[in-house]
Amino acid sequence: MSQGRMVQIEQDILSKNNEYAAANRRFFSEHGILALNLVSSPGSGKTMLLTRTIEDLKGELAVTVIEGDQQTDNDAERIRATGVKALQINTGKGCHLDGHMVGHALQRLKPADGGVLFIENVGNLVCPAAFDLGEAHKVTILSVTEGEDKPIKYPDMFHASDLMILNKTDLLPYLDFDVEKCIDNARRVNPGIRVLQLSARTGEGMAGWCRWIRAARQLALVEHPELAASA
Amino acid sequence: MHEMSLCESILQVLEQSAADRGFARVRTVWLEIGQLSAVEPEAMRFGFEVVTRGSLAEGARLEIVELPGQAWCMQCAKTVRVQQRFHACPDCGGRQLQVTGGEEMRIKELEVD
Repeated sequence: MSQGRMVQIEQDILSKNNEYAAANRRFFSEHGILALNLVSSPGSGKTMLLTRTIEDLKGELAVTVIEGDQQTDNDAERIRATGVKALQINTGKGCHLDGHMVGHALQRLKPADGGVLFIENVGNLVCPAAFDLGEAHKVTILSVTEGEDKPIKYPDMFHASDLMILNKTDLLPYLDFDVEKCIDNARRVNPGIRVLQLSARTGEGMAGWCRWIRAARQLALVEHPELAASA
Repeated sequence: MHEMSLCESILQVLEQSAADRGFARVRTVWLEIGQLSAVEPEAMRFGFEVVTRGSLAEGARLEIVELPGQAWCMQCAKTVRVQQRFHACPDCGGRQLQVTGGEEMRIKELEVD
């Protein structure tokens, strides 16, 4: 059989997604928007954490939400009930959001300059780690009803995240979950990861998370001093 | 599932290259996959076959070159081999490792018609 022509490619498999993510990142930077990509397993309490966070912050910050799920509009409905703008993306058979989907959502949502955009990714600790959306930070939410070895079972996600939130801490008295062990496991895959412990249900620890968001937002506003005061 | 998404991304790159470089069929794809990239070569082969059906790369051969995991150990001040992201330095047992290789997921070259 004759030989075909050889073509040098030298391209990252995710190069197409990375181009879309770079465009999103440029948009966020031009508009002084803090974009956070929230990732977790299904059932970690992401949506409840988000509704609680919005209740705490909506008086002082313009909040917008992109919801990713395979099916249903349920989560976006829960978010809209808090009074903020939310757009649901159904990924169908897809297991993660990608840069292209988020770019489209931004055109439709038109998040406010100087605000905070929460992107709630599809519940999955594998694929979303690889797909950059243009966010400033990935935040992994792990609930204490899960195993403390999750950071080393799914190292890529914890490696890619700047912050780990340990949620449902109000349940700790009823569980054998070893908090120190879990944090140690997270630091094994990512020595620089920050950790916050909270319960979105009781509100304990929520103040720390809100302080983290405000601090991250200040960084997003470094080149937009005119937006710093606005809500 | 993860490999399936990656294969869809590979197909996008192939279709784009076919338009840019003027070829109609892909016979072989060479990938460079790092050991720390969380890609399972067997799942990749399966996903590739499924995703490329009916495309310009249907029936194409997939060659996967695995690249070793490497990290810079700050204690030892040298490059060491690592099998997993959370493993300690094989020499000193320290955890201050900066991964320097093995995260690659790259399409290296193609054989086309």
